[in-house]
Amino acid sequence: MTQLALVIDLNVCVGCHACVTSCKQWNTSGTAGALVDLNPYGADPNGTFFNRVQTFEVGEFPNTQTVHFPKSCLHCEDPPCVPVCPTGASYKRAEDGIVLVDYDKCIGCKYCTWACPYGAREFDEQRKVMTKCTLCVDRVTDRTLPERERKPACVLACPANARLFGDVHDPESVVSIAIAERGGYQLMPEWGTRPANHYLPRRKTEIRIHPEDLERVDNPLKIDGKQPEAGYRSPGREDFAT
Amino acid sequence: MNPPFSAIFLTTLIGAGQGLFLVLFGTELWLGASAMASRAHTFLGIGSVVSLALTAGGLIASLFHLGQPQRAWRGMTMWRTSWLAREGIALPLFMAGVFFYGLAHLMEADATRLIGSVTALLCLTLYVCTGMIYVCIRFLQEWASPLTLVNYLLLGCASGATLATVLAAIQAPGLVIPYAQLATLITLLGLVTRGASLVRNARLKPKSTLQSAIGIKHPRIVQKAQGFMGGSFNTREFFHGRTVAILRSVKWAFLLLVFPVPLLCLAMGVAQGSTSLLLAAFTIQYVGLIAERWFFFAQANHPQNLYYQTIS
Repeated sequence: MTQLALVIDLNVCVGCHACVTSCKQWNTSGTAGALVDLNPYGADPNGTFFNRVQTFEVGEFPNTQTVHFPKSCLHCEDPPCVPVCPTGASYKRAEDGIVLVDYDKCIGCKYCTWACPYGAREFDEQRKVMTKCTLCVDRVTDRTLPERERKPACVLACPANARLFGDVHDPESVVSIAIAERGGYQLMPEWGTRPANHYLPRRKTEIRIHPEDLERVDNPLKIDGKQPEAGYRSPGREDFAT
Repeated sequence: MNPPFSAIFLTTLIGAGQGLFLVLFGTELWLGASAMASRAHTFLGIGSVVSLALTAGGLIASLFHLGQPQRAWRGMTMWRTSWLAREGIALPLFMAGVFFYGLAHLMEADATRLIGSVTALLCLTLYVCTGMIYVCIRFLQEWASPLTLVNYLLLGCASGATLATVLAAIQAPGLVIPYAQLATLITLLGLVTRGASLVRNARLKPKSTLQSAIGIKHPRIVQKAQGFMGGSFNTREFFHGRTVAILRSVKWAFLLLVFPVPLLCLAMGVAQGSTSLLLAAFTIQYVGLIAERWFFFAQANHPQNLYYQTIS
């Protein structure tokens, strides 16, 4: 079973919103129709986006960290939004686990948004149907694109490579390895929705220097003792080295 | 949540309509084969018409909730998993049942009890479906309780019984006192269960926190930006946008308007034999129920609001 998902590295996300704009650009130009923008140049602009980057400050000054937090549909393995849909417009694809909305079936009752604890769905005020992240299903399954471009628009746009894309059920995939090696976690695990998207936590950046890095233990000049190395900071050390 | 008026009118109107039907059908069973039963046909028939009108009003109100009302029929297809689809099926079936029940009474046909039993079953099913729509969303903790279902049932029946008292005062004066007693009893029961749910909700501890929402285990996290500066669906749909003071006054308003004031009007109306006081009892209780439903939605705190706390 394939479960496509994003893994978002909070350690390197710089909060540039390139994923937001590229997502909007790709999904507003697709065959499913434009994503609405209401009053885009007015006082209260708003519209539909599938992806948002939020910013949180963790800790107390001066020990604070700014965490940029991209949020889109998590493509839960047990999506609570799907069974509540009265029309079957909300569904989870069996072949790759992407949660989608069939815009032609949706009656716009918004019940699925009530049933999503993450607020991942946005109602399109122009088309009057529910919309959400499609994981760029029209890109990732498009065989006419070269292999390396068969990724969601947000992943291709990220300049920091903070977004990884792949099959979380394949233990060899880049996303599974990242989750396993770097402690990837899910959002709101308390609800048992089992989100497919994972987040990689912040890491402490530190440098470790071992004595071996500075001085070769198997230096042949030292092993036979014929040319003993001069003591640290004593004259003659440089002569041996050269 | 931001209270949707379509759902408020849907649930209050069909609740009253269903309650009225249950009282009417209960009356038929209670009267049995007595002499009064044969004279009650017109009353029960007209009562059914009123019940049908209320549920039809609710159905129309519900269509205003939909973005694509012309596809509303699709909303019945996923009845295997969705309580909303089940409600979408149960409501028209119940309306059909009430229609035939009223028709049978107006034509003084024999089959009223059979039709009435089936319709009563549909009526209870509809109450369960309506309540479960809210109960089944487990992370709206204010709703995810059996009390929600019980409140929908009891408050619907209470307003239905109050309305039945009004209709009896116009058409069947002999039934006014038993109906008023029944309405009082159900209203008091409703006060107990609605009060219990208020107490329960006041003590709720949110299961989700900002820490679990973004997965960072630090006691002090402050949102600095939510990703956009204008509004969005997420900021409109899930928050009522009113102050705590307004919320609190709506709560006290509905606690007064649904329970003590209508009971007082009922008692005075029965004592003075005044139909207009009885009508006032129903009207006040219905207005109170609108406030009650508004508060029911507004009080529910959706965990997604954790992500939308600061504009910039």
